[in-house]
Amino acid sequence: MELSILTICYLIGSLTFIIGLKMLSHPESARKGNMVAAVGMFIAIFGTIFLYQENGVGLGNYGWIFGALILGTIIGVLAAKRVKMTAMPELVSLFNGMGGACAALISVIEFGHIAALYSGEHATQAAPTQGTLLTIFLGLIIGSVSFAGSIIAWGKLNGKIKDFSFKGQQVFNLVLFFATLAVAGYLVVAIDSANYLLFYGILVAALIYGVLFVLPIGGADMPVVISLLNSFTGVAAACGGFLYNNSVMLTGGILVGAAGTLLTVLMCKAMNRSLTNVLIGSFGGSAAGGGSTAAGPQGAFKEISISDAAVCMSYANKVIIVPGYGLAVAQAQHVCHELEKLLEDKGVDVKYAIHPVAGRMPGHMNVLLAEADVSYDKLIEMEEANDEFKSTDVVLILGANDVVNPAAKTDPASPIYGMPILEVEQAKTVIVNKRSMKPGYAGIENDLFFQPKTSMLFGDAKAALQKLVAEIKSL
Amino acid sequence: MEAILNWVHVHIDIIYIVVLSIFLGIEVIGRVPSVLHTPLMSGANAIHGVVIIGAIIVMGKVEPGHYLTLIIGFLAVVLGTLNVVGGFVVTDRMLEMFKKKK
Repeated sequence: MELSILTICYLIGSLTFIIGLKMLSHPESARKGNMVAAVGMFIAIFGTIFLYQENGVGLGNYGWIFGALILGTIIGVLAAKRVKMTAMPELVSLFNGMGGACAALISVIEFGHIAALYSGEHATQAAPTQGTLLTIFLGLIIGSVSFAGSIIAWGKLNGKIKDFSFKGQQVFNLVLFFATLAVAGYLVVAIDSANYLLFYGILVAALIYGVLFVLPIGGADMPVVISLLNSFTGVAAACGGFLYNNSVMLTGGILVGAAGTLLTVLMCKAMNRSLTNVLIGSFGGSAAGGGSTAAGPQGAFKEISISDAAVCMSYANKVIIVPGYGLAVAQAQHVCHELEKLLEDKGVDVKYAIHPVAGRMPGHMNVLLAEADVSYDKLIEMEEANDEFKSTDVVLILGANDVVNPAAKTDPASPIYGMPILEVEQAKTVIVNKRSMKPGYAGIENDLFFQPKTSMLFGDAKAALQKLVAEIKSL
Repeated sequence: MEAILNWVHVHIDIIYIVVLSIFLGIEVIGRVPSVLHTPLMSGANAIHGVVIIGAIIVMGKVEPGHYLTLIIGFLAVVLGTLNVVGGFVVTDRMLEMFKKKK
Protein backbone atom coordinates (compact mmCIF):
# COMPACT_ATOMS: atom_id res chain seq x y z
CA MET A 1 0.00 0.00 0.00
CA GLU A 2 2.62 2.55 1.10
CA LEU A 3 4.88 1.58 -1.75
CA SER A 4 2.08 2.01 -4.31
CA ILE A 5 1.36 5.50 -2.99
CA LEU A 6 5.08 6.29 -3.13
CA THR A 7 5.20 5.17 -6.76
CA ILE A 8 2.36 7.59 -7.52
CA CYS A 9 4.20 10.34 -5.63
CA TYR A 10 7.21 9.73 -7.88
CA LEU A 11 5.02 9.76 -10.98
CA ILE A 12 3.58 13.11 -9.92
CA GLY A 13 7.11 14.36 -9.23
CA SER A 14 8.38 13.33 -12.67
CA LEU A 15 5.37 14.89 -14.40
CA THR A 16 5.69 18.18 -12.53
CA PHE A 17 9.35 18.40 -13.55
CA ILE A 18 8.43 18.04 -17.21
CA ILE A 19 5.47 20.44 -16.99
CA GLY A 20 7.54 22.84 -14.89
CA LEU A 21 10.34 22.94 -17.46
CA LYS A 22 7.81 23.45 -20.23
CA MET A 23 6.07 26.31 -18.41
CA LEU A 24 9.46 27.86 -17.69
CA SER A 25 9.81 28.36 -21.44
CA HIS A 26 7.11 31.06 -21.63
CA PRO A 27 7.43 34.41 -19.88
CA GLU A 28 3.79 34.40 -18.72
CA SER A 29 3.79 30.93 -17.20
CA ALA A 30 7.43 30.74 -16.07
CA ARG A 31 6.83 31.61 -12.46
CA LYS A 32 3.99 29.13 -12.12
CA GLY A 33 6.17 26.49 -13.79
CA ASN A 34 8.79 26.95 -11.14
CA MET A 35 6.12 26.56 -8.44
CA VAL A 36 4.73 23.42 -10.10
CA ALA A 37 8.17 21.80 -10.11
CA ALA A 38 8.71 22.85 -6.48
CA VAL A 39 5.41 21.29 -5.40
CA GLY A 40 6.32 18.06 -7.21
CA MET A 41 9.69 18.05 -5.49
CA PHE A 42 7.99 18.55 -2.11
CA ILE A 43 5.66 15.59 -2.74
CA ALA A 44 8.53 13.37 -3.88
CA ILE A 45 10.70 14.27 -0.86
CA PHE A 46 8.02 13.81 1.80
CA GLY A 47 6.70 10.69 0.06
CA THR A 48 10.20 9.24 0.35
CA ILE A 49 10.55 10.15 4.01
CA PHE A 50 7.27 8.63 5.14
CA LEU A 51 6.52 5.89 2.62
CA TYR A 52 9.86 4.44 1.52
CA GLN A 53 10.38 0.80 2.43
CA GLU A 54 13.13 -1.70 1.80
CA ASN A 55 12.33 -5.32 2.56
CA GLY A 56 9.33 -4.16 4.56
CA VAL A 57 11.35 -1.81 6.76
CA GLY A 58 10.75 1.96 6.58
CA LEU A 59 13.34 4.66 7.02
CA GLY A 60 14.69 5.66 10.42
CA ASN A 61 16.78 8.50 11.82
CA TYR A 62 13.95 11.02 11.39
CA GLY A 63 15.60 13.38 13.85
CA TRP A 64 18.72 13.62 11.69
CA ILE A 65 16.78 13.87 8.45
CA PHE A 66 14.47 16.65 9.60
CA GLY A 67 17.34 18.45 11.31
CA ALA A 68 19.24 18.47 8.03
CA LEU A 69 16.17 19.49 6.01
CA ILE A 70 15.41 22.41 8.32
CA LEU A 71 19.03 23.58 8.44
CA GLY A 72 19.36 23.36 4.65
CA THR A 73 16.07 25.20 4.12
CA ILE A 74 17.02 28.07 6.45
CA ILE A 75 20.43 28.59 4.86
CA GLY A 76 19.05 28.13 1.33
CA VAL A 77 16.20 30.62 1.74
CA LEU A 78 18.40 33.22 3.43
CA ALA A 79 21.12 32.94 0.79
CA ALA A 80 18.60 33.10 -2.07
CA LYS A 81 16.65 36.03 -0.60
CA ARG A 82 19.65 38.12 0.30
CA VAL A 83 21.78 37.74 -2.79
CA LYS A 84 22.11 40.76 -5.03
CA MET A 85 20.79 40.43 -8.57
CA THR A 86 24.26 40.75 -10.09
CA ALA A 87 25.53 37.91 -7.92
CA MET A 88 22.86 35.42 -8.99
CA PRO A 89 24.97 33.50 -11.51
CA GLU A 90 27.49 32.85 -8.74
CA LEU A 91 24.79 31.58 -6.43
CA VAL A 92 23.37 29.25 -9.08
CA SER A 93 26.87 27.86 -9.53
CA LEU A 94 27.24 27.40 -5.78
CA PHE A 95 23.89 25.60 -5.43
CA ASN A 96 24.85 23.41 -8.37
CA GLY A 97 28.06 22.50 -6.53
CA MET A 98 26.02 21.54 -3.46
CA GLY A 99 23.98 19.10 -5.58
CA GLY A 100 27.17 17.58 -6.98
CA ALA A 101 28.63 17.20 -3.49
CA CYS A 102 25.40 15.55 -2.34
CA ALA A 103 25.66 12.98 -5.14
CA ALA A 104 29.33 12.29 -4.31
CA LEU A 105 28.57 11.86 -0.59
CA ILE A 106 25.81 9.35 -1.39
CA SER A 107 28.41 7.30 -3.27
CA VAL A 108 30.82 7.56 -0.33
CA ILE A 109 28.23 6.17 2.07
CA GLU A 110 27.00 3.49 -0.32
CA PHE A 111 30.54 2.30 -0.94
CA GLY A 112 31.16 1.97 2.79
CA HIS A 113 27.81 0.23 3.05
CA ILE A 114 28.51 -2.43 0.41
CA ALA A 115 32.08 -2.82 1.62
CA ALA A 116 30.72 -3.83 5.02
CA LEU A 117 27.95 -5.91 3.50
CA TYR A 118 30.00 -7.96 1.07
CA SER A 119 33.57 -8.14 2.21
CA GLY A 120 33.80 -7.16 5.89
CA GLU A 121 33.87 -9.54 8.82
CA HIS A 122 30.11 -9.67 8.86
CA ALA A 123 29.83 -10.22 5.13
CA THR A 124 26.46 -11.67 4.32
CA GLN A 125 26.62 -11.88 0.56
CA ALA A 126 29.23 -12.85 -1.97
CA ALA A 127 29.56 -9.78 -4.18
CA PRO A 128 27.74 -6.66 -5.33
CA THR A 129 26.75 -6.47 -8.98
CA GLN A 130 28.96 -4.62 -11.41
CA GLY A 131 26.04 -2.33 -12.24
CA THR A 132 25.84 -1.21 -8.61
CA LEU A 133 29.57 -0.51 -8.44
CA LEU A 134 29.50 1.29 -11.77
CA THR A 135 26.72 3.68 -10.70
CA ILE A 136 28.46 4.31 -7.38
CA PHE A 137 31.72 5.24 -9.13
CA LEU A 138 30.00 7.33 -11.79
CA GLY A 139 28.04 9.22 -9.14
CA LEU A 140 31.27 9.77 -7.21
CA ILE A 141 33.31 11.01 -10.17
CA ILE A 142 30.67 13.18 -11.84
CA GLY A 143 29.44 14.59 -8.54
CA SER A 144 32.98 15.47 -7.39
CA VAL A 145 33.96 17.09 -10.69
CA SER A 146 30.73 19.09 -10.65
CA PHE A 147 31.27 20.16 -7.04
CA ALA A 148 34.91 21.21 -7.44
CA GLY A 149 34.26 22.86 -10.81
CA SER A 150 31.24 24.80 -9.54
CA ILE A 151 33.16 26.12 -6.54
CA ILE A 152 35.93 27.36 -8.86
CA ALA A 153 33.34 28.90 -11.22
CA TRP A 154 31.73 30.58 -8.22
CA GLY A 155 35.09 31.96 -7.10
CA LYS A 156 35.89 33.19 -10.59
CA LEU A 157 32.59 34.97 -11.03
CA ASN A 158 32.91 36.88 -7.79
CA GLY A 159 36.52 37.67 -8.58
CA LYS A 160 38.11 35.67 -5.76
CA ILE A 161 39.89 33.26 -8.09
CA LYS A 162 41.97 34.39 -11.04
CA ASP A 163 42.63 32.52 -14.28
CA PHE A 164 45.42 30.06 -13.80
CA SER A 165 47.13 27.59 -16.07
CA PHE A 166 50.51 25.90 -16.24
CA LYS A 167 52.49 24.41 -19.06
CA GLY A 168 51.19 21.03 -20.12
CA GLN A 169 47.97 21.46 -18.16
CA GLN A 170 45.83 20.07 -20.99
CA VAL A 171 47.95 16.93 -21.15
CA PHE A 172 47.96 16.61 -17.38
CA ASN A 173 44.16 16.99 -17.30
CA LEU A 174 43.67 14.32 -19.94
CA VAL A 175 46.02 11.91 -18.19
CA LEU A 176 44.30 12.53 -14.86
CA PHE A 177 40.87 12.06 -16.44
CA PHE A 178 41.69 8.76 -18.10
CA ALA A 179 43.65 7.48 -15.12
CA THR A 180 40.62 8.12 -12.88
CA LEU A 181 38.32 6.32 -15.29
CA ALA A 182 40.77 3.45 -15.65
CA VAL A 183 41.03 2.90 -11.88
CA ALA A 184 37.25 3.05 -11.52
CA GLY A 185 36.90 0.67 -14.48
CA TYR A 186 39.36 -1.71 -12.88
CA LEU A 187 37.45 -1.77 -9.59
CA VAL A 188 34.18 -2.41 -11.44
CA VAL A 189 35.57 -5.22 -13.60
CA ALA A 190 37.36 -6.84 -10.66
CA ILE A 191 34.24 -6.36 -8.47
CA ASP A 192 36.53 -5.00 -5.78
CA SER A 193 34.24 -3.42 -3.22
CA ALA A 194 36.62 -3.10 -0.32
CA ASN A 195 39.50 -1.13 -1.75
CA TYR A 196 39.11 2.07 0.24
CA LEU A 197 42.52 3.36 -0.82
CA LEU A 198 41.64 3.36 -4.52
CA PHE A 199 38.12 4.60 -3.80
CA TYR A 200 39.35 7.69 -1.98
CA GLY A 201 42.09 8.04 -4.60
CA ILE A 202 39.33 8.34 -7.22
CA LEU A 203 37.50 10.91 -5.07
CA VAL A 204 40.62 13.08 -4.70
CA ALA A 205 41.55 12.73 -8.39
CA ALA A 206 38.02 13.73 -9.47
CA LEU A 207 38.12 16.81 -7.21
CA ILE A 208 41.51 17.86 -8.59
CA TYR A 209 40.25 17.29 -12.12
CA GLY A 210 37.21 19.50 -11.45
CA VAL A 211 39.47 22.31 -10.23
CA LEU A 212 41.95 22.06 -13.11
CA PHE A 213 39.12 21.71 -15.63
CA VAL A 214 37.61 25.11 -14.78
CA LEU A 215 40.69 27.09 -13.68
CA PRO A 216 42.12 27.94 -17.13
CA ILE A 217 38.77 28.86 -18.68
CA GLY A 218 38.25 32.61 -19.01
CA GLY A 219 35.66 34.51 -17.00
CA ALA A 220 33.58 35.25 -20.11
CA ASP A 221 33.05 31.55 -20.65
CA MET A 222 31.78 30.85 -17.13
CA PRO A 223 28.09 30.76 -18.27
CA VAL A 224 28.91 27.90 -20.60
CA VAL A 225 30.85 26.12 -17.88
CA ILE A 226 28.08 26.54 -15.30
CA SER A 227 25.54 25.22 -17.77
CA LEU A 228 27.77 22.23 -18.48
CA LEU A 229 28.35 21.51 -14.79
CA ASN A 230 24.60 21.85 -14.27
CA SER A 231 24.02 19.02 -16.70
CA PHE A 232 26.83 17.02 -15.01
CA THR A 233 25.01 17.22 -11.69
CA GLY A 234 21.85 16.09 -13.48
CA VAL A 235 23.65 12.96 -14.66
CA ALA A 236 25.08 12.40 -11.18
CA ALA A 237 21.54 12.54 -9.78
CA ALA A 238 20.43 10.05 -12.44
CA CYS A 239 23.19 7.69 -11.23
CA GLY A 240 21.44 7.76 -7.86
CA GLY A 241 18.25 6.89 -9.71
CA PHE A 242 19.94 3.81 -11.17
CA LEU A 243 21.33 2.83 -7.77
CA TYR A 244 17.97 2.94 -5.97
CA ASN A 245 15.89 2.09 -9.01
CA ASN A 246 14.20 5.41 -8.30
CA SER A 247 12.18 6.76 -11.21
CA VAL A 248 11.87 10.38 -10.08
CA MET A 249 15.63 10.76 -9.57
CA LEU A 250 16.17 9.15 -12.93
CA THR A 251 13.75 11.34 -14.90
CA GLY A 252 14.71 14.53 -13.05
CA GLY A 253 18.42 13.87 -13.47
CA ILE A 254 18.30 12.85 -17.12
CA LEU A 255 15.94 15.73 -18.04
CA VAL A 256 18.36 18.24 -16.58
CA GLY A 257 21.33 16.40 -18.05
CA ALA A 258 19.86 16.52 -21.57
CA ALA A 259 18.45 20.03 -21.29
CA GLY A 260 21.66 21.38 -19.73
CA THR A 261 23.76 19.89 -22.51
CA LEU A 262 21.56 21.46 -25.18
CA LEU A 263 21.61 24.81 -23.38
CA THR A 264 25.40 24.61 -23.26
CA VAL A 265 25.57 23.98 -27.00
CA LEU A 266 23.13 26.84 -27.68
CA MET A 267 25.29 29.20 -25.65
CA CYS A 268 28.40 28.15 -27.54
CA LYS A 269 26.55 28.72 -30.81
CA ALA A 270 25.58 32.24 -29.75
CA MET A 271 29.29 32.94 -29.38
CA ASN A 272 30.08 31.08 -32.57
CA ARG A 273 32.47 28.71 -30.88
CA SER A 274 32.64 25.00 -30.41
CA LEU A 275 32.41 23.46 -26.97
CA THR A 276 35.90 21.98 -27.36
CA ASN A 277 37.22 25.45 -28.05
CA VAL A 278 35.65 26.76 -24.85
CA LEU A 279 36.92 23.87 -22.75
CA ILE A 280 40.45 23.94 -24.07
CA GLY A 281 40.38 27.61 -23.25
CA SER A 282 42.46 28.99 -26.10
CA PHE A 283 40.15 31.98 -26.27
CA GLY A 284 39.84 33.35 -22.76
CA GLY A 285 43.43 32.56 -21.88
CA SER A 286 46.83 32.83 -23.44
CA ALA A 287 46.34 32.65 -27.19
CA ALA A 288 43.92 35.58 -27.37
CA GLY A 289 46.36 38.48 -27.81
CA GLY A 290 48.71 37.67 -30.67
CA GLY A 291 47.76 38.31 -34.25
CA SER A 292 44.36 39.85 -33.75
CA THR A 293 45.61 42.76 -31.65
CA ALA A 294 48.26 43.60 -34.22
CA ALA A 295 45.68 43.54 -36.99
CA GLY A 296 43.28 45.82 -35.09
CA PRO A 297 43.28 49.46 -36.22
CA GLN A 298 44.91 51.62 -33.63
CA GLY A 299 43.90 55.14 -34.37
CA ALA A 300 42.22 58.23 -33.14
CA PHE A 301 39.01 58.02 -31.19
CA LYS A 302 37.03 61.00 -30.03
CA GLU A 303 35.61 61.71 -26.63
CA ILE A 304 32.25 63.27 -25.92
CA SER A 305 31.42 65.44 -22.90
CA ILE A 306 28.50 64.69 -20.60
CA SER A 307 26.61 67.77 -21.75
CA ASP A 308 27.06 66.97 -25.43
CA ALA A 309 25.88 63.43 -24.84
CA ALA A 310 22.86 64.73 -22.90
CA VAL A 311 21.87 67.12 -25.69
CA CYS A 312 22.45 64.49 -28.33
CA MET A 313 20.12 62.03 -26.62
CA SER A 314 17.43 64.49 -25.51
CA TYR A 315 16.82 65.69 -29.04
CA ALA A 316 16.87 62.27 -30.64
CA ASN A 317 13.72 60.53 -31.87
CA LYS A 318 14.88 57.08 -31.04
CA VAL A 319 17.55 55.84 -28.64
CA ILE A 320 18.63 52.23 -28.21
CA ILE A 321 20.61 51.29 -25.13
CA VAL A 322 22.99 48.32 -25.40
CA PRO A 323 23.75 47.06 -21.89
CA GLY A 324 26.74 44.83 -21.21
CA TYR A 325 28.83 43.44 -18.44
CA GLY A 326 30.04 46.92 -17.43
CA LEU A 327 26.47 47.85 -16.47
CA ALA A 328 26.21 44.81 -14.21
CA VAL A 329 29.54 45.47 -12.50
CA ALA A 330 28.69 49.11 -11.85
CA GLN A 331 25.18 48.17 -10.59
CA ALA A 332 23.91 50.89 -12.88
CA GLN A 333 20.58 49.31 -13.85
CA HIS A 334 18.46 51.66 -11.68
CA VAL A 335 20.10 54.85 -12.98
CA CYS A 336 19.75 53.44 -16.45
CA HIS A 337 16.00 53.07 -15.94
CA GLU A 338 15.87 56.65 -14.63
CA LEU A 339 17.59 57.84 -17.80
CA GLU A 340 15.11 55.89 -19.88
CA LYS A 341 12.11 57.49 -18.11
CA LEU A 342 13.59 60.99 -18.45
CA LEU A 343 14.10 60.52 -22.17
CA GLU A 344 10.62 59.06 -22.59
CA ASP A 345 9.18 62.14 -20.87
CA LYS A 346 10.91 64.21 -23.51
CA GLY A 347 9.22 62.15 -26.19
CA VAL A 348 12.20 60.00 -27.10
CA ASP A 349 11.52 56.40 -28.03
CA VAL A 350 13.85 54.32 -25.82
CA LYS A 351 14.56 50.60 -26.16
CA TYR A 352 17.14 48.13 -24.93
CA ALA A 353 18.91 45.80 -27.35
CA ILE A 354 19.84 42.57 -25.63
CA HIS A 355 22.60 40.36 -27.06
CA PRO A 356 22.05 36.72 -26.07
CA VAL A 357 25.40 36.46 -24.31
CA ALA A 358 25.67 39.97 -22.88
CA GLY A 359 26.66 39.92 -19.22
CA ARG A 360 27.70 36.78 -17.47
CA MET A 361 24.88 34.41 -18.28
CA PRO A 362 22.40 34.28 -21.15
CA GLY A 363 19.47 36.41 -20.14
CA HIS A 364 21.56 38.10 -17.44
CA MET A 365 20.74 41.58 -18.76
CA ASN A 366 17.02 40.82 -18.77
CA VAL A 367 17.12 39.79 -15.13
CA LEU A 368 19.16 42.84 -14.22
CA LEU A 369 16.95 45.33 -16.04
CA ALA A 370 13.81 43.65 -14.73
CA GLU A 371 15.14 44.26 -11.23
CA ALA A 372 15.18 47.98 -12.03
CA ASP A 373 11.52 47.81 -13.18
CA VAL A 374 12.31 48.19 -16.86
CA SER A 375 9.26 47.04 -18.77
CA TYR A 376 9.53 43.69 -20.49
CA ASP A 377 8.31 45.19 -23.83
CA LYS A 378 11.25 47.58 -23.94
CA LEU A 379 13.76 44.75 -24.26
CA ILE A 380 14.29 43.66 -27.84
CA GLU A 381 16.29 40.67 -29.01
CA MET A 382 19.21 40.75 -31.40
CA GLU A 383 17.49 40.16 -34.77
CA GLU A 384 14.79 42.72 -34.07
CA ALA A 385 17.36 45.20 -32.79
CA ASN A 386 19.47 44.83 -35.91
CA ASP A 387 16.45 45.81 -38.01
CA GLU A 388 15.81 48.84 -35.83
CA PHE A 389 19.34 50.27 -35.71
CA LYS A 390 18.92 51.75 -39.21
CA SER A 391 16.18 54.08 -37.95
CA THR A 392 17.93 54.87 -34.67
CA ASP A 393 19.47 58.26 -33.91
CA VAL A 394 21.62 57.40 -30.92
CA VAL A 395 22.91 54.07 -29.65
CA LEU A 396 24.22 54.19 -26.08
CA ILE A 397 26.55 51.30 -25.30
CA LEU A 398 26.99 50.68 -21.59
CA GLY A 399 29.99 48.50 -20.84
CA ALA A 400 29.47 46.14 -23.77
CA ASN A 401 32.35 45.45 -26.14
CA ASP A 402 32.76 42.14 -27.93
CA VAL A 403 29.04 41.84 -28.70
CA VAL A 404 29.18 45.04 -30.80
CA ASN A 405 32.56 44.42 -32.45
CA PRO A 406 32.16 44.65 -36.23
CA ALA A 407 35.27 42.45 -36.66
CA ALA A 408 32.92 39.52 -36.10
CA LYS A 409 31.43 40.30 -39.50
CA THR A 410 34.34 41.76 -41.43
CA ASP A 411 37.61 40.21 -40.26
CA PRO A 412 37.98 36.47 -40.91
CA ALA A 413 41.23 36.48 -38.89
CA SER A 414 39.45 37.64 -35.75
CA PRO A 415 38.84 35.01 -33.08
CA ILE A 416 35.22 36.16 -32.83
CA TYR A 417 34.67 36.08 -36.62
CA GLY A 418 31.19 34.73 -37.33
CA MET A 419 29.71 35.51 -33.93
CA PRO A 420 26.33 37.23 -34.34
CA ILE A 421 26.63 40.80 -33.12
CA LEU A 422 24.48 43.85 -32.57
CA GLU A 423 25.08 45.94 -35.68
CA VAL A 424 25.13 49.28 -33.89
CA GLU A 425 27.21 50.97 -36.57
CA GLN A 426 24.06 51.25 -38.68
CA ALA A 427 22.70 53.93 -36.34
CA LYS A 428 23.41 57.62 -36.92
CA THR A 429 25.45 58.15 -33.75
CA VAL A 430 27.06 55.73 -31.32
CA ILE A 431 28.04 56.74 -27.79
CA VAL A 432 30.19 54.21 -25.99
CA ASN A 433 30.51 54.28 -22.23
CA LYS A 434 33.55 52.36 -21.01
CA ARG A 435 36.00 52.70 -18.20
CA SER A 436 39.02 52.80 -20.50
CA MET A 437 40.18 51.82 -23.98
CA LYS A 438 41.09 48.35 -22.71
CA PRO A 439 39.77 45.50 -24.85
CA GLY A 440 36.94 43.29 -23.60
CA TYR A 441 37.03 39.65 -22.57
CA ALA A 442 38.00 38.40 -25.99
CA GLY A 443 41.15 40.51 -25.71
CA ILE A 444 40.79 42.12 -29.12
CA GLU A 445 40.57 45.70 -30.30
CA ASN A 446 37.19 47.02 -31.33
CA ASP A 447 37.14 48.83 -34.65
CA LEU A 448 33.84 50.44 -33.73
CA PHE A 449 35.50 52.77 -31.22
CA PHE A 450 37.59 54.36 -33.97
CA GLN A 451 34.80 55.00 -36.44
CA PRO A 452 33.85 58.64 -37.17
CA LYS A 453 30.28 58.25 -35.88
CA THR A 454 31.43 56.83 -32.57
CA SER A 455 32.27 58.92 -29.52
CA MET A 456 33.60 57.68 -26.23
CA LEU A 457 32.19 58.59 -22.82
CA PHE A 458 34.77 57.33 -20.35
CA GLY A 459 33.95 56.46 -16.76
CA ASP A 460 32.18 54.00 -14.53
CA ALA A 461 28.72 53.25 -15.97
CA LYS A 462 26.85 54.29 -12.83
CA ALA A 463 28.76 57.55 -12.29
CA ALA A 464 28.50 58.48 -15.97
CA LEU A 465 24.76 57.76 -16.08
CA GLN A 466 24.14 59.77 -12.91
CA LYS A 467 25.88 62.78 -14.44
CA LEU A 468 23.97 62.26 -17.67
CA VAL A 469 20.64 62.14 -15.81
CA ALA A 470 21.49 65.33 -13.89
CA GLU A 471 22.50 67.06 -17.11
CA ILE A 472 19.32 66.07 -18.96
CA LYS A 473 17.20 67.27 -16.03
CA SER A 474 18.84 70.70 -16.20
CA LEU A 475 18.32 71.08 -19.94
CA MET B 1 28.12 -10.18 -25.12
CA GLU B 2 25.47 -12.29 -23.48
CA ALA B 3 26.02 -10.47 -20.20
CA ILE B 4 25.38 -7.14 -21.93
CA LEU B 5 22.25 -8.36 -23.69
CA ASN B 6 21.02 -9.78 -20.44
CA TRP B 7 21.68 -6.51 -18.66
CA VAL B 8 19.74 -4.63 -21.34
CA HIS B 9 16.88 -7.08 -21.00
CA VAL B 10 16.70 -6.74 -17.21
CA HIS B 11 16.94 -2.95 -17.26
CA ILE B 12 14.82 -2.24 -20.31
CA ASP B 13 12.37 -0.07 -18.30
CA ILE B 14 15.15 2.17 -17.11
CA ILE B 15 16.66 2.36 -20.58
CA TYR B 16 13.29 3.48 -21.95
CA ILE B 17 13.00 6.16 -19.30
CA VAL B 18 16.53 7.41 -19.98
CA VAL B 19 16.17 7.56 -23.74
CA LEU B 20 12.74 9.20 -23.68
CA SER B 21 13.85 11.67 -21.00
CA ILE B 22 16.80 12.73 -23.12
CA PHE B 23 14.52 13.57 -26.05
CA LEU B 24 12.02 15.24 -23.76
CA GLY B 25 14.71 17.37 -22.14
CA ILE B 26 15.96 18.53 -25.52
CA GLU B 27 12.45 19.24 -26.86
CA VAL B 28 11.39 21.22 -23.81
CA ILE B 29 14.50 23.42 -23.79
CA GLY B 30 14.55 23.89 -27.55
CA ARG B 31 11.62 26.29 -27.44
CA VAL B 32 12.85 28.54 -24.67
CA PRO B 33 13.45 32.17 -25.71
CA SER B 34 16.94 33.37 -24.81
CA VAL B 35 15.55 35.95 -22.39
CA LEU B 36 14.52 33.11 -20.09
CA HIS B 37 17.83 31.25 -20.19
CA THR B 38 19.04 32.36 -16.78
CA PRO B 39 15.85 31.47 -14.88
CA LEU B 40 15.65 28.25 -16.84
CA MET B 41 19.18 27.25 -15.93
CA SER B 42 18.38 28.08 -12.34
CA GLY B 43 15.13 26.09 -12.44
CA ALA B 44 16.87 23.07 -13.95
CA ASN B 45 19.50 23.46 -11.25
CA ALA B 46 16.78 23.17 -8.59
CA ILE B 47 15.28 20.12 -10.30
CA HIS B 48 18.51 18.12 -10.23
CA GLY B 49 18.40 18.71 -6.50
CA VAL B 50 16.14 15.65 -6.64
CA VAL B 51 19.39 13.88 -5.73
CA ILE B 52 18.37 14.70 -2.15
CA ILE B 53 15.99 11.73 -2.29
CA GLY B 54 19.02 9.45 -2.55
CA ALA B 55 20.55 11.20 0.43
CA ILE B 56 17.37 10.75 2.46
CA ILE B 57 17.20 7.03 1.60
CA VAL B 58 20.86 6.55 2.55
CA MET B 59 20.34 8.47 5.77
CA GLY B 60 17.19 6.59 6.73
CA LYS B 61 18.92 3.23 6.35
CA VAL B 62 21.91 3.99 8.58
CA GLU B 63 21.81 2.02 11.81
CA PRO B 64 21.81 4.33 14.83
CA GLY B 65 25.26 4.53 16.37
CA HIS B 66 27.23 4.75 13.13
CA TYR B 67 28.06 8.36 13.79
CA LEU B 68 30.54 8.90 10.98
CA THR B 69 28.04 7.66 8.39
CA LEU B 70 25.26 9.65 10.04
CA ILE B 71 27.33 12.82 9.88
CA ILE B 72 28.20 12.31 6.21
CA GLY B 73 24.55 11.57 5.47
CA PHE B 74 23.48 14.64 7.42
CA LEU B 75 25.86 16.74 5.35
CA ALA B 76 24.51 15.19 2.15
CA VAL B 77 20.90 16.00 3.10
CA VAL B 78 21.83 19.58 4.07
CA LEU B 79 23.64 20.12 0.75
CA GLY B 80 20.79 18.55 -1.21
CA THR B 81 18.25 20.76 0.58
CA LEU B 82 20.36 23.83 -0.21
CA ASN B 83 20.30 22.84 -3.87
CA VAL B 84 16.54 22.30 -3.95
CA VAL B 85 15.28 25.11 -1.72
CA GLY B 86 17.88 27.68 -2.73
CA GLY B 87 17.40 26.79 -6.37
CA PHE B 88 13.64 27.22 -6.37
CA VAL B 89 13.71 30.41 -4.29
CA VAL B 90 16.35 32.06 -6.49
CA THR B 91 14.43 31.09 -9.62
CA ASP B 92 11.25 32.53 -8.14
CA ARG B 93 13.06 35.76 -7.30
CA MET B 94 14.31 36.05 -10.86
CA LEU B 95 10.91 35.36 -12.37
CA GLU B 96 9.12 37.69 -10.00
CA MET B 97 10.85 40.51 -11.84
CA PHE B 98 9.63 39.36 -15.21
CA LYS B 99 6.06 40.30 -14.35
CA LYS B 100 4.54 42.51 -16.99
CA LYS B 101 4.49 46.10 -15.93
CA LYS B 102 1.35 48.25 -16.25
